[in-house]
Amino acid sequence: MDKTMELEIFRYRPEQDSEPTFQTYEVPFHTEWVILDAVNYIKDEIDGTLSYRWSCRMGVCGSCGMMVNGVPKLTCAAFLKDYTGKIRIEPLEGFPVERDLIFSMDDFIAKLKSVKPWIIRKEGEDKPLEEGEYLQTPRQLVEYQQYTMCINCMLCYAACPVYAHDNTFLGPAAIALGQRYNMDSRDQGRDQRQEAIASHEGIWQCTFVGECSAVCPKDVDPAGAIQRAKVASTIDYFKELLLPWGKKS
Amino acid sequence: MSVRHDVVIVGGGGAGLRAAIAIAETNPSLSVAVVSKVYPMRSHTVAAEGGAAAVIKDNDSLEDHFRDTVGGSDWLADQDAVELFVNEAPAEMIQLEHWGCPWSREPDGTVAVRPFGGMNIERTWFASDKTGFHMLHALYQTSLKYSPIVSYDESFATKILVENGRCQGVSALDLRTGKVETILASALILCTGGAGRVFPFTTNGAINTGDGMAMAYRAGVPLKDMEFIQYHPTGLPGTGILITEASRGEGGILVNKDGYRYLQDYDLGKPVQVTDPEHPVKKSMELGPRDRLSQAFVKEMERGRTIPGPHGDFVLLDLRHLGEKKIDKKLPFVRELAKNYAGIDPVYEPIPVRPVIHYIMGGVDTDTDSATSLLGLFAAGEVACVSINGANRLGSNSLTELLVFGARAGRAAAIFATQNPDLDVEALEKQGADEQDRIARDFIRKEGGTERIATLRREMNETMESGAGIYRSERSLRDTCDKLMELRQRFSNLLIEDRSLTFNTELTSALELDFMLDVALAIGQSALARTESRGSHQRTDHPDRDDENFLKHSLAFHTDDGVRIGYKDVVITKWPPQERVYGK
Repeated sequence: MDKTMELEIFRYRPEQDSEPTFQTYEVPFHTEWVILDAVNYIKDEIDGTLSYRWSCRMGVCGSCGMMVNGVPKLTCAAFLKDYTGKIRIEPLEGFPVERDLIFSMDDFIAKLKSVKPWIIRKEGEDKPLEEGEYLQTPRQLVEYQQYTMCINCMLCYAACPVYAHDNTFLGPAAIALGQRYNMDSRDQGRDQRQEAIASHEGIWQCTFVGECSAVCPKDVDPAGAIQRAKVASTIDYFKELLLPWGKKS
Repeated sequence: MSVRHDVVIVGGGGAGLRAAIAIAETNPSLSVAVVSKVYPMRSHTVAAEGGAAAVIKDNDSLEDHFRDTVGGSDWLADQDAVELFVNEAPAEMIQLEHWGCPWSREPDGTVAVRPFGGMNIERTWFASDKTGFHMLHALYQTSLKYSPIVSYDESFATKILVENGRCQGVSALDLRTGKVETILASALILCTGGAGRVFPFTTNGAINTGDGMAMAYRAGVPLKDMEFIQYHPTGLPGTGILITEASRGEGGILVNKDGYRYLQDYDLGKPVQVTDPEHPVKKSMELGPRDRLSQAFVKEMERGRTIPGPHGDFVLLDLRHLGEKKIDKKLPFVRELAKNYAGIDPVYEPIPVRPVIHYIMGGVDTDTDSATSLLGLFAAGEVACVSINGANRLGSNSLTELLVFGARAGRAAAIFATQNPDLDVEALEKQGADEQDRIARDFIRKEGGTERIATLRREMNETMESGAGIYRSERSLRDTCDKLMELRQRFSNLLIEDRSLTFNTELTSALELDFMLDVALAIGQSALARTESRGSHQRTDHPDRDDENFLKHSLAFHTDDGVRIGYKDVVITKWPPQERVYGK
């Protein structure tokens, strides 16, 4: 580790700071390191007071999302070799900052719950365990599989222009997870999720810019999920208008 | 001041969430708290890849799953527990299917199964190669529909509260405010996972610091079989990122520097060609158990036939013959990880791998209802030792264990809480206040220390690897235990720079190190006392299994003078110990 690099890190400690500042650290590094390795080096060897979240360091727990040079990234999957010069690290945009790089997850947790992200069966149509699994063909699995890959890392919210403008918008991950259940052949609960998913004007404001899908580290494509939700809701609307006795099939 | 629930669960991973749902379904009038130091979906269940074992197909049998598990354990598993485990596994897995887990499927829509190490037939359910991730998210999302479940996310439990000989709650540091809350309950379930972070090179996430083990131990509950630590044979050098055993289940092979399938030299059977329809042969070669494969690596390294690298020697895991289509369908995460973290595309190049600390068979001593010797205290998942894993766990049994014993813990705790509603509130609140004072005095307001947390942690990691790794001896273990005692002394001179209450992660790192030092010493002392070799515990000075003296579980008790080691018998119901044979 003969070379060093500079990291400029967002600092905010609510008990002592009236506003955020940036602190620059000089860090010796290995070329194969990820950003998180450099941040851990600071924590361990230079400044124990720096606070941030991390755990699995293999891109699946979803804890370590941060803005890296203004772009939302999982820092355990962002490699130093892809950057030159001083690197600027900030908490993910669009959320209240609790301290340093830690932001509040409260809003997302409430929104996730509001889309009822669990299998809903019609009254009396639960299959008893003794009768085994629900059959689901590989083709039926593929229908919703992509949306199951969401790790709740919040990168898509940090990238979403609609959420930045109006944080009452349900947002990309929550809509994708609602759609994940809507499209699961075992589920019968789409009607119960519609109010949460389709009622807010946010879904209609989403212009399919696709920022959310561009930053998603797991290729979930929330923008695609939102488009599908829009189409389904439009079909509902016309069915109700034209076939009031038929309702949703 | 305190808050009150009927049952409190510490840990929101697979076992904790399964327990919470079991309580909500057993008795919806009970209030359940899930106290987790991270948001539940960050729990390390998320990182499990290959699958979860349960008998579901007509060509399989419960008896076979039982025998594979007991043999895999080198006869140290309790056979009553294993029998119950294999019997309850299928219904638990189907339950998770009904809760939406996206299991991979056969063309007819039934659940697909794959081969795994040490299993005589395909019985491992999988959701691509992100099984733990999908199980955890299915459990977490399902848990949201139960209103009696109250979440204390980012709340770090520091002490089990015991009064009148009963566990009656827990002290937990609310990371957001720095306040130590007193959370009272008639029953407490520990589901805090493993302790891989006591070692330097591990698949475990940063959060796996043995908190629950240390808390139970300090409360007087023994830690069982702590000397049995699992090295997974295929981790990426440097990072320790796991390359799943499913890659061998799907047909991947391990070769040394000469391209030779070296496992054939270590009593694991003879190789058949990868083009042979028989390949991969169950319970043979690459589908041998993890302990034996990791030990073979060390022997191969001693013979100079591994490949030296900047992060230690390695061998090669070759998947190329599987082809891109199969790799993308069955092992997409392996491809993603190898490309990102090793710069290797397994479609075209073999993956460098070496053994890596993965799992601890030992843990809080529990019975088959997940109950500990302390009334009101239960434990399930990796934190616990029932034991179904004995001296070596078979791959894909631990995810199923979370479900079976998580659910059992939940049901047993629900009954206990219903029968024991009264709590000694005043005394417990006094204990809670004392714990708040301790954390303020010894950590947040501590002055004048000089030892960096990272330095002590690194020295602990190094001594565990050098003295308590794949092969141990009296000498190496004594050195490790001495070093750990020295680190415990130096811990009192810890440097704390962060004085704040809001997300003081220096404080949590210090508390985690404090827990890990206890767990590490329990591992070292248990290993020192077991003068035989069995499963994952290999003593170079005692190379043979010794059933006469050590067909027993070790119990590590916390005393004022250090660790006291005791023993208890293994439950053998129907299959007496035999030679452990693979590749025949």
